[in-house]
Amino acid sequence: MKSREYQQIDPKALPTPSQSPPPHQHLAVGGDGRKEPMTPRRKWEVFPGKNRFFCDGRIMMARQSGVFPLTLGLILVTSGLFFIFDCPFLVKHLTRCIPAVGGALFVFVLITLLQTSFTDPGILPRATPEEAADIERQIDDTGNTSYRPPPRTKEVLINQQVIKLKYCFTCKMFRPPRTSHCSLCDNCVERFDHHCPWVGNCVGKRNYRFFYSFIVSLSLLTAFIFGCVTTHLALRANGGKGLMFALQESPGSAVELAICFFSVWSILGLSGFHTYLVASNLTTNEDIKGSWSGKSGDAVTNPYSHKNIFINCCSVLCAPMPPSLIDRRGFLPADEPARASGADLELPNPNTKSDRNVCVQGPKGLLESAALTPLLAPSCPQGKPQTTLPCPESISALNSDPSLELSQRCGGTHHNSKTYGSTSPPLPTKSRLHKHKRASSHTPSPTFDDHVTPSSHDGNHRSAARGHRGAKFATLQ
Amino acid sequence: MRQQAAVAAKVFIQRDYSNGTMCQFQTKFPSELETKIDKQQFEETIRTLNNLYTEAEKLGSQSFVEGCLACLTAYAVFLCMETHYEKVLKRISKYIQEQNDKIYAPRGLLLTDPIERGLRVIEVTIYEDRSFSR
Repeated sequence: MKSREYQQIDPKALPTPSQSPPPHQHLAVGGDGRKEPMTPRRKWEVFPGKNRFFCDGRIMMARQSGVFPLTLGLILVTSGLFFIFDCPFLVKHLTRCIPAVGGALFVFVLITLLQTSFTDPGILPRATPEEAADIERQIDDTGNTSYRPPPRTKEVLINQQVIKLKYCFTCKMFRPPRTSHCSLCDNCVERFDHHCPWVGNCVGKRNYRFFYSFIVSLSLLTAFIFGCVTTHLALRANGGKGLMFALQESPGSAVELAICFFSVWSILGLSGFHTYLVASNLTTNEDIKGSWSGKSGDAVTNPYSHKNIFINCCSVLCAPMPPSLIDRRGFLPADEPARASGADLELPNPNTKSDRNVCVQGPKGLLESAALTPLLAPSCPQGKPQTTLPCPESISALNSDPSLELSQRCGGTHHNSKTYGSTSPPLPTKSRLHKHKRASSHTPSPTFDDHVTPSSHDGNHRSAARGHRGAKFATLQ
Repeated sequence: MRQQAAVAAKVFIQRDYSNGTMCQFQTKFPSELETKIDKQQFEETIRTLNNLYTEAEKLGSQSFVEGCLACLTAYAVFLCMETHYEKVLKRISKYIQEQNDKIYAPRGLLLTDPIERGLRVIEVTIYEDRSFSR
């Protein structure tokens, strides 16, 4: 009869996620009871976050591409004009090195931009239902009667400093240190820096080095083109012919001059700011919130810093490249079709259903899904796509505020910095002058100003954040 | 005759953040495993895993050279070369499989590779002590 001894369990007989498709197709029971053949699906197809995947999961971006096409366009146009209008003249009058250096910089900028945009920033996969249940069991639930659950924190000691880990209601886990939930992408990202609309992706642990290389090389390229164009026009205008004559002869240079003049300051400023962050092993998120500057009154220092600039730089830029944790191209086990998004099934939130099928959505699809979600959001009844009514109590400042604030910061759009007041923008103020041009392509940002508060509270109300996304989409149209 | 094991419980070994954001797991022995496996054995497994993860994330001269080379080639090398971290992850996978085969499966336990759980937890599945035959 039954043996009470343990039987040897063959681990190979148990279902494990595999890189190859399941050996045979299972028949799944459909919603109406019919049996349908199931094709093996990859995990990216059921990814619960707001991301877009291309090339069968090899490339990923945020669902909102932001102004990434504009960034790419500006770089291509400026460089193209440079090679067409300025290089022939400068090669003839100066040296052949100019197009070579320009070409090398241009290629470097393009590659680092694409790597920043297309790389997984360090997304943490959501907790499995068993994990979430285990954590729930460990948390002492006080049985709060209000709809919003009480904020859950856990304290850990890191290098003799007490750090509070916050519970992410979306991902159903305690966020590791330095991890933040990006409400634009609806993912927890490790070592979250900011969500950058210019590259159309979050900047986090895995792509920060690409981002830093991108802005440094872009500032070099912009400065280089600016210098070359100025030299070109100066040489043409020589001999009393005048600047207007030179501009008429080379109209492309005028365009380049305008673009470079207005962008070089903010890009240089951003590079300088991020160099400071790298040297002190800080993230933009932490710097904006003043986590380690002692604003709270306690003597706190950054526990992650190695206290040595060189080691800090190495650890941020030259550390071993961490792997992607979300296994985009792995196959779903045939018997667990929605396992990857299983954590969402517990929440009675229809939002997740509209987001689950993450394929490449056109703008119309995005608007529809954005319009739907605020209407269904239970915790922010005022959230409608056309209104910009603030929902102060439902803002998860830790999550949406930094990402919102910082989505403005990246690229130095300062027109909304005055509404914050308490945070001092680290970028040079000269960037205000030129940003009216870029601001017009970045119209949504003023809608966030009203309800982004610098003070942090927990609770992750992505439905509220989605309401503001809806506003953003509405104004974009 | 085919054996089927029913899952009795799952124990999650959480991350240990006392040294920062490095990937380390708590070596505290969970109470649910007291009757299943020797404490020393279990702690040894976790400690070995922690050492492997430390090696994967170590800031040494090799990683520095790799980082500089990658930067100079505009990080294009990451597309064709396997990174140091990935190499160590493969070793970790093999180690876990060995441990499962030799130590844990005979006791009705199964360790899940933490990479499949986003490096958040080590999931230990406890199987029931019955076997069904078909």
